[in-house]
Amino acid sequence: MTIEIKTSTLEPVRNTFANIERRFGDKPASRYQEATYDLQAETNFHYRPLWQPEFELNDKNRTKIVMEDWYALKDPRQFYYGAYVQQRAKMQEAAESSYWLFEKRNLADYLSDDVKNLLITYLIPLRHIENTANLNNMYGCAFGYGTAITQALLYNAMDRLGIAQYLSRIGLMLDGNTGQSLIESKQHWMENPAWQGIRALCEEMTTVEDWFEVVLAQNLVMDTLVFNLFYEQLDGKLAAMGGRDIAMLTEFMQAWNKDVNKWFDSVLKTVASESDENKALLHAWTEKWQSKVLDALKPVIQELLEPEALDLAVAELEKRIKKAGITA
Amino acid sequence: MSAKKLNLKDKYRLLTRDLDWEYSYVDRKKAFPYEEFEGIKITDWSKWEDPFRLTMDAYWKYQAEKEKKLYAIFDAFAQNNGHLNVTDARYVNAIKIFLTGVSPLEYQAYQGYAHVGRQFGGAGARVACQMQSIDELRHVQTQIHAMSHYNKYFDGFQDWTHMHDRVWYLSVPKSFFDDARSAGPFEFLIAISFSFEYVLTNLLFVPFMSGAAHNGDMATCTFGFSAQSDEARHMTLGLEIIKFLLEQHEDNVPIVQKWIDKWFWRGTRLLSIVAMMMDYMLPNKVMSWKEAWEVYFEEAGGALFKDLARYGIRMPKFVEVTEKEKEHVSHQAWWIFYNYGHAAGFHTWIPSDEELDWLSEKYPDTFDKYYRPRWELAKKMEAEGKRFYSQALPQLCTTCQIPMGFTKMDDPTQIAYRSSDYEGEKYHFCSDGCKHIFDEEPEKYVQSWLPVHQIYQGNCGGASVEEVLRDYYKLNLGADNLDIKGSPDEQRWKEWKGVA
Repeated sequence: MTIEIKTSTLEPVRNTFANIERRFGDKPASRYQEATYDLQAETNFHYRPLWQPEFELNDKNRTKIVMEDWYALKDPRQFYYGAYVQQRAKMQEAAESSYWLFEKRNLADYLSDDVKNLLITYLIPLRHIENTANLNNMYGCAFGYGTAITQALLYNAMDRLGIAQYLSRIGLMLDGNTGQSLIESKQHWMENPAWQGIRALCEEMTTVEDWFEVVLAQNLVMDTLVFNLFYEQLDGKLAAMGGRDIAMLTEFMQAWNKDVNKWFDSVLKTVASESDENKALLHAWTEKWQSKVLDALKPVIQELLEPEALDLAVAELEKRIKKAGITA
Repeated sequence: MSAKKLNLKDKYRLLTRDLDWEYSYVDRKKAFPYEEFEGIKITDWSKWEDPFRLTMDAYWKYQAEKEKKLYAIFDAFAQNNGHLNVTDARYVNAIKIFLTGVSPLEYQAYQGYAHVGRQFGGAGARVACQMQSIDELRHVQTQIHAMSHYNKYFDGFQDWTHMHDRVWYLSVPKSFFDDARSAGPFEFLIAISFSFEYVLTNLLFVPFMSGAAHNGDMATCTFGFSAQSDEARHMTLGLEIIKFLLEQHEDNVPIVQKWIDKWFWRGTRLLSIVAMMMDYMLPNKVMSWKEAWEVYFEEAGGALFKDLARYGIRMPKFVEVTEKEKEHVSHQAWWIFYNYGHAAGFHTWIPSDEELDWLSEKYPDTFDKYYRPRWELAKKMEAEGKRFYSQALPQLCTTCQIPMGFTKMDDPTQIAYRSSDYEGEKYHFCSDGCKHIFDEEPEKYVQSWLPVHQIYQGNCGGASVEEVLRDYYKLNLGADNLDIKGSPDEQRWKEWKGVA
């Protein structure tokens, strides 16, 4: 028997906000829709930015990509702030218990010096790449157009800060909370010849003007290659060296990568299918940055992984490019 | 390893600003190009003291807990028709102003902090701004979700973003934030983090949220409580930025003082809408605007500026004017809206007899003398069926964009007209404060998108005011505007409450 709880129902005057109704019709809307569509000011700006008088405060011309409606770039994860933090809180809870266990069981003590050295030389420096990714996604957030894409870029930027902090914590677990491993790994980042190509590229990326270009260079090209090489492929090598437990500490990054690829692939697909001009731009940018990132990665990957490692990573990137429909 | 264990402060430093590095391959100024043009001198970013130490994992965790509770209450509120618990249908107009006038500012704050959160070369300041950016996004989105239920049952909420870009009185808050965002990164922080979040926020946020609490608005009030811990972080950022700039170089002091002068005045003008909300729109009053000003600005602000005196910072210019204005500004603002109630996206009304008495009691030196007679007259005219609406469009102040209805504060029977000439054109202002701001930066304020000018120039559609309101603003005429008396809002309220 079902018992019906009696509530008084009042007939609403309308189902949702007028802008949502204009887009989707007069029906109840989701929280994602109400918190996303048309939030950003469109017109009647009062003053031109002192720092970029050639543009309005919110201006579609800060990228060469042209969209009829920038709100077409919706997030398949439907992340508004509340949904985003709750999802990430779940992931951090899992990460926290792994980090806790790693510390409690003193698992760092069971790592060989070789493994520790490898982590300090090749894994921990990724926190600087994450810092760059934070800057590049913030750039897209600040100069992008429409809440649909800019909020997702902000979530991404904050995620990158979070990942940089997890990587730093790995360092602190290796050195018993003295910070020594972070100092050493930063030295590698600053001085080790193997890293200089990537460091130079990171610096260059933060000077790119077109926000969509830099977001693509980061979130498609750089990330696909870096995550495949330094998390998936390196994982195998670490396991072979007796450092299997490190996977506990990088699980967050792997799960995160899957989550954001779902979003960014859909963004690229929508942009590419909007027009041939967009598609051509995406293609040109992808080619340009793929060659830059590969050149930069070569020295460090030569030292770290097997000769075919880069090809494997490129295959992964090509899969994503194809899926997004970015063709010549 | 023999090195010492890190303390929390050093650990946070390693987890944030140590992620940054000195560039070797490109000119760092190309990556952070906006740090110098304002004339601010930063000699050493490493002197930045992190105003709070929150790593992302902790941020996700705490914020998720807050969101979970907040949305549980929103759900319960909707399920139980929480809107029926507000004091009366008049109250809802206060939060219409909030959604159309304030929530879009939260959005602009999200954008503004994202911009400085990318552009500051100092990683400590950058990360603090990024966190504020995402918090501000939280605020606008939770406000939308809090108001979403009201929108289903009351008029005037439905087209809030469209309205914010166009409606005449909403250009007051919009231009305020456009002004801040179009400024350089350091001015933005002095404008919003310091002058607004630190000095004046208690006068915006607290009145609305206490107003909600006093008037049975569970949704808004819960949002307010939930945002409080975010706001506390934002205030510490405001204090840190000012100390940092003042300590970095003595040449920064006069620049910062100029910004404080400007943004204090800009802020007080923006708050006139809050003043009117507190004194006229809340059926259950929290405190008078005058009292709020005394507690939150004169006492708290006074102590703050005493602290800042050691850096060579003085009280904001024109602060003495605000001492007089607190007696008048709410009455004059509500009177403007009462006169233009046909062109507003919310309802207006004449205060009840009890409310008039409350105003007399709270404003013994001014209300009976200057303002009660106006309301008595309006009441008489309404009773005779002669409710009066001003048909002529008002002149607007070029700086704050409020209709030129404010009086000289020494003579509340005379409108305070000020003007400046710039490149052969005359510009009008409501006050010495607004004139001063224009005179310092005329090339900026001549760009102002003044709604009344724009209507006259034919940039807002239609030839008549009615067409502008209906087609360009998308107001539902006869529902969103005019007096609460006889409105669909009032009718529905009476039906729900079972009163005739």
